[in-house]
Amino acid sequence: MEAAFADATFPTVIEPDPPAPRQWSRGVPVDVTIEHVVKAFAETPALHDVSLKIEAGELVALLGPSGSGKTTLLRVLAGLEFPTSGRVLFGGEDALGLSVQERHIGFVFQSYALFKSMKVFDNIAFGLTARPARTRPSRAKIRDRVLELLDLVQLTGLENRYPTQLSGGQRQRVALARALAIEPRILLLDEPFGALDAKVRRDLRRWLREIHEQTGHTTVFVTHDQEEAVELADRIVVLNRGKIEQIGSPDEIYDRPASPFVASFIGESSALPVRIEDGRLFLDDRPIEIGATGKDGPRTLVFRPHDVELPGARPGGIAGRIIAERRHGASRRLDVEIGMRRHRIEIDVPANHPRSNKGDRVSVLPTRWWLFDA
Amino acid sequence: MYNDAIAPPLPMTLRPATTERRWVRWALIGVAVLFLLIFLLMPLVIVFFEAFSRGAGYFLESITEKDALAAIRLTLIVAAISVPANLVFGVAAAWAIAKFEFKGKSFLITLIDLPFSVSPVTSGLIYVLIFGAQGWLGPTLQEHGIQIIFAVPGIVLATIFVTFPFVARELIPIMQEQGTRDEEAALSLGASGWRTFFRVTLPNIKWALLYGVLLCNARAMGEFGAVSVVSGKIRGQTNTMPLHVEILYNEYLGVAAFAVASLLALLAMITLAAKTGLEWRYADEIAAQRKH
Repeated sequence: MEAAFADATFPTVIEPDPPAPRQWSRGVPVDVTIEHVVKAFAETPALHDVSLKIEAGELVALLGPSGSGKTTLLRVLAGLEFPTSGRVLFGGEDALGLSVQERHIGFVFQSYALFKSMKVFDNIAFGLTARPARTRPSRAKIRDRVLELLDLVQLTGLENRYPTQLSGGQRQRVALARALAIEPRILLLDEPFGALDAKVRRDLRRWLREIHEQTGHTTVFVTHDQEEAVELADRIVVLNRGKIEQIGSPDEIYDRPASPFVASFIGESSALPVRIEDGRLFLDDRPIEIGATGKDGPRTLVFRPHDVELPGARPGGIAGRIIAERRHGASRRLDVEIGMRRHRIEIDVPANHPRSNKGDRVSVLPTRWWLFDA
Repeated sequence: MYNDAIAPPLPMTLRPATTERRWVRWALIGVAVLFLLIFLLMPLVIVFFEAFSRGAGYFLESITEKDALAAIRLTLIVAAISVPANLVFGVAAAWAIAKFEFKGKSFLITLIDLPFSVSPVTSGLIYVLIFGAQGWLGPTLQEHGIQIIFAVPGIVLATIFVTFPFVARELIPIMQEQGTRDEEAALSLGASGWRTFFRVTLPNIKWALLYGVLLCNARAMGEFGAVSVVSGKIRGQTNTMPLHVEILYNEYLGVAAFAVASLLALLAMITLAAKTGLEWRYADEIAAQRKH
């Protein structure tokens, strides 16, 4: 029944072969402009005035915790959701006036959404066979294209399998091939590695980066995994509660976080409520000598666990008690409780640092830190 | 080393927590089998036994007699109209409920179940009240020479009402579980709405749809209560098979009644066999669809 249906959808007239091998590739990467997009919602996370410019051929990560609106933004780009207000432009052309089909995007779903009743071949060919007869490539060309894509995603020989007969990583690659088959102007991926185990994730991540370099699509992917975003993306857009917290390269995001949220979401960090008085930094009533200046007022002091030194008896450090110690990768991590209000911070010391006991006093001095208005 | 000699003997009562004692198991199985024999199998056997009690010749005569043939034809016509109608309605209703969010959704789900919960006689009466000679629309219809009650259209309407839930009920859970991801994927790949439905949605629900249609068909042919109210029981014209069985029985033509009844029983068995056969033949595929 399946085969008969597929036959019926092909044109009976064999069209002459065009000279250029990729004559039917409609996908030239475009830039994307998102202007003041607002999405008010009952059940899905909302978006509050999101503006963003994505260059043609760029690989951008939308990073944020669940409920931050990152998937909603992706679905707005795809045309699966419509914003309450705002504009979305693809290469200067208004995209909101276009239906999902007309937007010509490749969308890879979190759960892949492969068509279970179709073989891998038909899954990948779906977007091409679905075209109206006028623009549909010939059967032979569809076949060539599918085989070429199978080769690209390293699944050659699996075209006759059904999706249920594939591993998670293989399904993921079929979903990508299916999206690439229509030569999309933009490639959108929703948590592309979310359902895979750690090892497969790392391999596919590197592989996706290579594919991106080969095909050059404008690519936007959603992730809650900061490691994934940092490793894969040219630029990261950090979202929190429907707002963009920061846009920047992985280095910028990591080294110059725009808010305590970004500092804690990308990489690890500890935050302490401090204040500046007469140009000096205080935690409760004790001064911290890290050379911070500024106008008087409350601040949040943020630093990473490994950006600290232990000044010993030298004054000006943040004094506290060790409450836990554990191995953390190449170093040893200490949980330290500070002051009467029992603030918790985490610091890293070299693995060969003498073991400490619970309750030992320690003085911590951040060597790299950021001060945010509280 | 572990020493077997020291290990204490296991007490005889030791058994997995969910396994019953032997006599409990046999008692439960026995009760179930006995129940099935008395209430399901015995009547079925008796139907066929009685149908042939005066020999095959009488049996054939009973089911090929003029009125019997008319009843069989009408039953087939009614099923041929109401099953496709409910196929379309059922898919549309299940689609609306499973794929969209709207106000009054739970009310709609309850409404779909209404034919199950209301007595078929009541649903038949409703149509009489609406379309009958003394009903709301009766005079208007009569003016235009349209007869619904005591005619085929009334029987079809009543049958559609009674069998409405079968297809929708089968489809709603499976479509809700599947969500809209596959459809979104198809649309994003440029497929039209119709193509998405025929190539993606329909293959995803085909087994549930087939079950629904089989059950719907069995009930459409077997429905008695609602149809008996709207039919008028005009011999050779508005008698369906179940009604014909009743008439024969009331006229003390018991064997002829059983002969026609045996055809209905046969239909039920064919339906069940088809359902089981499909489940058996495509077990892997069905399991794969549910799991994925």
